[in-house]
Amino acid sequence: MKGSDVAVSGISKSFGAFKALKGVSLEIKKGEFFSLLGPSGCGKTTLLRVIAGFEDPDTGVVGIDGRDVSGLPPDKRRCNTVFQSYALFPHLTVFENVAFPLRLRRVPNKLVREMVMKHLSLVQLEAHAEKKPSMLSGGQKQRVAIARALINEPAVLLLDEPLSALDAKLRQRMLVELDAIHDKVGITFIYVTHDQQEALSVSDRIAVMDQGDVLQVGSPQQIYENPASDFVARFIGETNIFTGVVSSREGPIATVDAEGIGELLVEANGEAPVGARVSVAVRPEKVRIGALSPGDHPELNILQGVVEEPIYSGFQTKYIIHLPGGGVFIVFRQHANWSEGVPDIRWKDEVYLSFSARDSVVVESDARKPC
Amino acid sequence: MKRNYGSLYAAPQSIWLTLFFAAPLLIIIAYSFMKRDIYGGVVPQFSLDAYEAIANPTLLTVAWRTLWVSAIATLLTILIALPCGYSIARSGNQALRLFLIIVPFWTNFLVRIYAWIAILGNEGFINDALRALGLTTQSLRFLYNQGSVILVLVYMYLPYAILPLFSTIDKFDFTLLEAARDLGATRMQALRKVLLPNIKGGLVTAVLFTFIPIFGAYAVPLLVGGKDSYMLGNIIADQVTKTRNWPLASSLSMGVTVMTGIAAILFALRGRRPAQRAPEETGLGPIAAASGMPSGGQA
Repeated sequence: MKGSDVAVSGISKSFGAFKALKGVSLEIKKGEFFSLLGPSGCGKTTLLRVIAGFEDPDTGVVGIDGRDVSGLPPDKRRCNTVFQSYALFPHLTVFENVAFPLRLRRVPNKLVREMVMKHLSLVQLEAHAEKKPSMLSGGQKQRVAIARALINEPAVLLLDEPLSALDAKLRQRMLVELDAIHDKVGITFIYVTHDQQEALSVSDRIAVMDQGDVLQVGSPQQIYENPASDFVARFIGETNIFTGVVSSREGPIATVDAEGIGELLVEANGEAPVGARVSVAVRPEKVRIGALSPGDHPELNILQGVVEEPIYSGFQTKYIIHLPGGGVFIVFRQHANWSEGVPDIRWKDEVYLSFSARDSVVVESDARKPC
Repeated sequence: MKRNYGSLYAAPQSIWLTLFFAAPLLIIIAYSFMKRDIYGGVVPQFSLDAYEAIANPTLLTVAWRTLWVSAIATLLTILIALPCGYSIARSGNQALRLFLIIVPFWTNFLVRIYAWIAILGNEGFINDALRALGLTTQSLRFLYNQGSVILVLVYMYLPYAILPLFSTIDKFDFTLLEAARDLGATRMQALRKVLLPNIKGGLVTAVLFTFIPIFGAYAVPLLVGGKDSYMLGNIIADQVTKTRNWPLASSLSMGVTVMTGIAAILFALRGRRPAQRAPEETGLGPIAAASGMPSGGQA
């Protein structure tokens, strides 16, 4: 791996009375595609700016490859940034934008040409070298920004919501390209985003942040399947969250008396003794929906309810189910078997919902509401 | 029926320009080619006397001095106005700071010059203070030399430079400076290579707004200048009011107009050249040709 590892520890930063970061510590490995994910105002961009050297933290240190870089200005750190607004120099051509860092170092002309063309070909923009940034589309500008940030051969590339100004389709394509560029250059990427889909699809690991704290760090799978708190569960994808009291416990399986739903069997890893108040998260795609009862099975939760709203979206239908106790359940049904004569489920139909205890997770409840 | 009212809408401006710009200019051009009347005024008879009279060593010395003083004063004004405009653009209370820049305009031009005399004069504040502190016994002569003329000119025209610089810097995207720093530029390099080229328009305006009026300055050198700081404006005024040689005053005015015009055009052109030369500098031409790359620059 060519990249560097980045360690931040105990970083806090306030702007006036606003605490942007409250003692954040993270360790990012060499060559990793690491995402900082959270709602706007959660401190992710501030953290990135601290790593880049644009902001001095009030407390804490930033280490790159074990070396404390806290006091160094941005031009002395081996990180480069791709800005949300692209920040291309409007008075320079695409070529000169990418060449800017080399010109500063007075690299000989021939080498400049070679390196710039190499990096422009990495982002497939060789044909646009002579254009001014104002003549480029949003996606092209973004690519110039990436090529320019990579030309110094940094050890760490910092990306500040680089795709947020692009439309949805282009965003998908750029994401795939970014991933390919990451594989090719092999350096550490730190990627700031508020879009959980982006973070899930490209990251090696994700740190979910909110209100200046890191709530959970883990692989996309860990974050999605085992959210540490109900904030994380709600922020990453759609989820059903219920609160209730543990009424009995048998090994890893606990029975929770959930408000508005009744008794649920859930898997609890260690936490949740009898009598404890817990939050339970169930992903909507893990719940099966059918007109007939699936039949008893140990560790299977079976609930009955009424379809209040079927929302058809092509590849799947989202059902909002009202339970007799007053609870509401969201269920996704994929249409893989649609043509095989699965009976259609309509509005006001009585349905059975079933999910395994293994597919539910006890999460820490916090007062936070995702934006 | 559809009618074109364009010339009607433009009428106020056209009339204004004709009355107050074109007509006086034409009168001056006409006078400069006439003969001087013995009691002042002009004799309507074609003559090049007034232009021949310019080629007089004293006048040329003054012309050269005017150019030099104007250049120095403009340079100093811009050097002060740049950081001022920058800090106003980046400050939180732009309105208050702009207001403070404009406040001096509420006072009459001449009153402000006299204020400087009150500050710098032999019995002025500075000399009084120096004497009171016992640092000097005699008055120091601050006034009536080129230095005092330049100082007061810079003071007078500073707002004219700050305002256009502020308005362009205000539109500048400061993320670009961060990007430059991020890419390895020092603070000064970022300002020089990214800020300056992007506020060129404001710089050109500021230079023209200060250089042109300073070049024609009359009151400042008259009131705070000495023998060594007589400028073209003073000579022209003398020709009009004292010597009453109107053709010479007119030909000198033409000289000032032509010189500032040439300076303005040269300056505006100079600002544009680097952009046109960029493709050669990158040396991309041959590469582009070799790889069969479509190049917009060659079209």
